[in-house]
Amino acid sequence: MSALADQKRLAAEAMLSALPVPMEEAAWAHDVRAKARARLLNQGAPVRRDEYWKYTDPSKLNAPLSLADTAAEQPVSSEAFGGQPDAWFVNGRLRADLAKPSVADGVAISTFAEVVKQDISIAREIFGVLEVAGQEKVMRPLAVLNTATATDGLVIQAHGKAGRIHLHSDQIGDGASVLRHLIRVEAGAELTLLESGSCSNAVMEVDVAEGGAFHHIRLQTGTRTPSASHIFARLHASSQFKTFTLSADGDLTRNEVVFDLVGEEASGHVAGAVLAQAKSHIDNTVFVTHSAAHCESRQVFKSVLAGQAKSVFQGKIFVRNSAQKTDGYQISQSVLLNEGAEFLAKPELEIYADDVACSHGSTTGALDPTAMFYLRSRGVPKAEAEAMLIAAFADEAIEEIADEDLGDLMREEVARWMASRS
Amino acid sequence: MLAGRDGYEVTGGSATLNGEDVLDIDPEERAASGLFLAFQYPVEIPGVGNMTFLRTAVNSQRKARGEDEISAPDFLKLVRSKAKDLNIDMDMLKRPVNVGFSGGEKKRNEILQMAVLEPSMCILDETDSGLDVDAMKLVADGVNALRAEDRGFLVITHYQRLLDHIKPDVVHILANGRIVETGGPDLALKVETEGYADILKDVA
Repeated sequence: MSALADQKRLAAEAMLSALPVPMEEAAWAHDVRAKARARLLNQGAPVRRDEYWKYTDPSKLNAPLSLADTAAEQPVSSEAFGGQPDAWFVNGRLRADLAKPSVADGVAISTFAEVVKQDISIAREIFGVLEVAGQEKVMRPLAVLNTATATDGLVIQAHGKAGRIHLHSDQIGDGASVLRHLIRVEAGAELTLLESGSCSNAVMEVDVAEGGAFHHIRLQTGTRTPSASHIFARLHASSQFKTFTLSADGDLTRNEVVFDLVGEEASGHVAGAVLAQAKSHIDNTVFVTHSAAHCESRQVFKSVLAGQAKSVFQGKIFVRNSAQKTDGYQISQSVLLNEGAEFLAKPELEIYADDVACSHGSTTGALDPTAMFYLRSRGVPKAEAEAMLIAAFADEAIEEIADEDLGDLMREEVARWMASRS
Repeated sequence: MLAGRDGYEVTGGSATLNGEDVLDIDPEERAASGLFLAFQYPVEIPGVGNMTFLRTAVNSQRKARGEDEISAPDFLKLVRSKAKDLNIDMDMLKRPVNVGFSGGEKKRNEILQMAVLEPSMCILDETDSGLDVDAMKLVADGVNALRAEDRGFLVITHYQRLLDHIKPDVVHILANGRIVETGGPDLALKVETEGYADILKDVA
């Protein structure tokens, strides 16, 4: 074994041994955990020399951390999405005292901590399964660590159309919080999931059945410790999957979205707005697999960067030879407000079908000086003109959100961030 | 230069508006003190609504002058009536600034901004370029409606045809960066029939 492999394995061992081995779980869950431990030791912890960690130093995410203390911590108040969350996690554990008692119709909710003790088919069909599938082309060891050690999370089964759940997570102190969410949108059902707060390692597995629709809007704001998130989704025929994340500042954020269009006529969209200043580092890594024919995918990312902030975008469209008539689109753009800011984009296409339309584009630059002058010549002060142009720039990502009210909430966040800058 | 675009340096002379040195202040301050430049090529700004832009401009200028902001209903009423005069569809105001506008629409949008902002000194930079006869008439009517004792207009053009609609008080002929001749409206007519050659010869 090479020295690098040794080093990766040792780091993985350290991460695993810092976290408790989940106990008293059902045999099937125990099996998933054991396999995950073995897989992680085999993969090793991520290092800078790994292809998909070239632009983001994983060392802060690799540090062996024990679980953050959950004893009676006072949570940070949540203003996100204008209401109290339906489920509130603090340091990786559900705080039942903070949860809203009633939830939307057409949605069954339980916790991850409960379902791994029982024999529930949707949990068995999803937990670890979609994560493993998402490792086919690229190793994602932090997601494997999550499978091996996650303590809690939400398990949501949507069978109606009106489901709307807001989950919030607070990370207090320096320890690890490891959340795992399992979601099944049944055939023809619809679910909107709002997510806010912070968590050092969160994984969500989403299975969208035929004709189902899943909308996910995530808000990553405020002071945040280094965090890694993964979303693994499987999209069956004619289903719809839309995820949008607004990431503002924070120390180090790595968001991976990995989905596979396995049924025909499915559609998957992933969008993000990155607003970063000071020394923030925000990384969006996306992997879209087209396995079935006649599917559509779309990636839209906008970064507004000031100070010495860095935004990374790595987006891949992988089209299997079975996926004829694929329509894949990807755009990543950034505005640099000063010279120290940096945008790193790595678009990738890997196509094995011969009748597809795939496009990608990436731009980076300053705000358009002629537009600035035009606005100012009409009396709009410089800072306000800048804010107007930035809002317009970020809007192209926000427009990916189907619900207009939720889009407006994101627009307010952009305005808040602009105001916080000056 | 007068409106304050970056990249130019004043090497001599001065520019004052109502006694204030405008070369010394930012473009937005010049606008607030009453200067308006109608662009030869109005800029397209995707994502910024025309109406939002105009209301922000009006209120920024009012704020800079220490006046109260205009209320949303009052603003809408004001824009509606001005837009009607210029034959501007309200749909155009809902669209992003100048995006997908025809040449004529862009110029009418400039005049609409001028009508709403009510500047004291207006510079029209080749506002007639790219306009057909009907569009030019609309633009000229818009300008004429704004003519007032306390409002100045500097209309820059290559052709007499605009001056058929906007009757100038004074005509200056500018050549190689200098005013080479000054006269009444007749001067422009003379140039239209005889060309610039004679005037330029006299100068030389």
